[in-house]
Amino acid sequence: MDFEFITARAPLFGQAARLTVTLAFWGIIFSSAVGLVCAVIRFYRVPLLRQAAAGYIELARNTPLIVQLFFLYFGLPRLGVVWDGETCAIAGLTFLGGGYLAEAFRGGLSAVGRGQIEAGLSIGLNRFQLLRYVIIPQALAVALPAISAAVIFLMKETSVFSIVALPDLMYVAKDLLKEGYSGESNLMLVASYLVVILPVSLAFGYWERRLRFAGFGS
Amino acid sequence: MLDSALSIFRTGRNLARLMEGLGITLQISAAAVGLSLLLGIPAGLLMAGRRPLIPKLLRLYLEIIRVMPILVLLFLFYYSLSRFLNINLSAMTVSVLVFTLWGTAEMSDLVRGAVSSLPRHQWESGRALGLNEMQVSLYVVFPQIVRRLLPGIINLTTRMIKTTPFVFFINLPDLLKVGQQIVEVSGIRNPLSSVWVYGFIFAVYFAICYPISLLSRYLELRWQS
Repeated sequence: MDFEFITARAPLFGQAARLTVTLAFWGIIFSSAVGLVCAVIRFYRVPLLRQAAAGYIELARNTPLIVQLFFLYFGLPRLGVVWDGETCAIAGLTFLGGGYLAEAFRGGLSAVGRGQIEAGLSIGLNRFQLLRYVIIPQALAVALPAISAAVIFLMKETSVFSIVALPDLMYVAKDLLKEGYSGESNLMLVASYLVVILPVSLAFGYWERRLRFAGFGS
Repeated sequence: MLDSALSIFRTGRNLARLMEGLGITLQISAAAVGLSLLLGIPAGLLMAGRRPLIPKLLRLYLEIIRVMPILVLLFLFYYSLSRFLNINLSAMTVSVLVFTLWGTAEMSDLVRGAVSSLPRHQWESGRALGLNEMQVSLYVVFPQIVRRLLPGIINLTTRMIKTTPFVFFINLPDLLKVGQQIVEVSGIRNPLSSVWVYGFIFAVYFAICYPISLLSRYLELRWQS
């Protein structure tokens, strides 16, 4: 093991990991917003918007992120819309993730029985209270496994961002190949992804167990 | 507008080449799904079993595969395997290998879920009738879990198809790579070529994956009751 190589390249991987985390963070935040809006539109069966949301969800879920990114990064500028790599990455991840999270949220919302909502209204809760105390706690417990799977999936998908010329972890690893093959570089690549994704995965696992313990969901 | 689009696909063998790229994409998915079924079903049965160590080891394998991006696995196998084992694998072989490793993990978890949702007495009755463990799996358990499994398997298939463009990174001429080559050549004469070609690839993926996911949803609804 060449520790000199590792210490010399560690900042490179650190920087790349930070970029990956930043892009994933914003992508997932925006995805959640898009997903929530779509899920609520479908939950309340808003005419027209409901069909639009369903169409969008199918498009997002049935096409690969990397193809979406190619279209955004290489196609759109020809139509007069020039976005830099980071904007494309976040927009692409949001387009993809919005569809996945919308489905996850919808699954949770549809698990809340109509009887629950009627019962809440009949004891005099207003719309906000109904959402806060009746719908969200039950929906979240049911939707959490799907949300967790979607979030981990999105974090893994960030690995394609080097195609829009962003210096992320894959980019750094591929770039280092120019200096010749090194097992240390690959080890650092794996370690970096573990550091980025594993805590999120473990946190979701913990949260899921707690919610299940609270007696919601299955 | 439309002329510029048509001219790209009519120039030379462009459309034929895109279809060849699509062929590679589909070959990888089909081979990986087939192999994953072959390996994932026994692995899933083992995972649902009560042997002391094997289920834990398989679980660990599943968790490791789940946390690593497929692209990282492709990269590692493509550049490291030949190095350490001193064998030269083609990009195609590496792709099928990595997709199979991933598919086997996911498949085994699907099978484990389906098997453990089956009442315990199904196993015990089979054993009491004098079937051995292999026979119980094959004749008692397996026919009952197929219905529960099929939507998940179909779903995994679309996920694999959607992940195939990753092979782009190890220079396999799949649909996306061919598209990129065409854009590079015709981009100078035809500035809109990137819009048309990548739009076309987007549409092709949708045209393949959407019907498959509809099928999965239909089966799920139909077999739920």
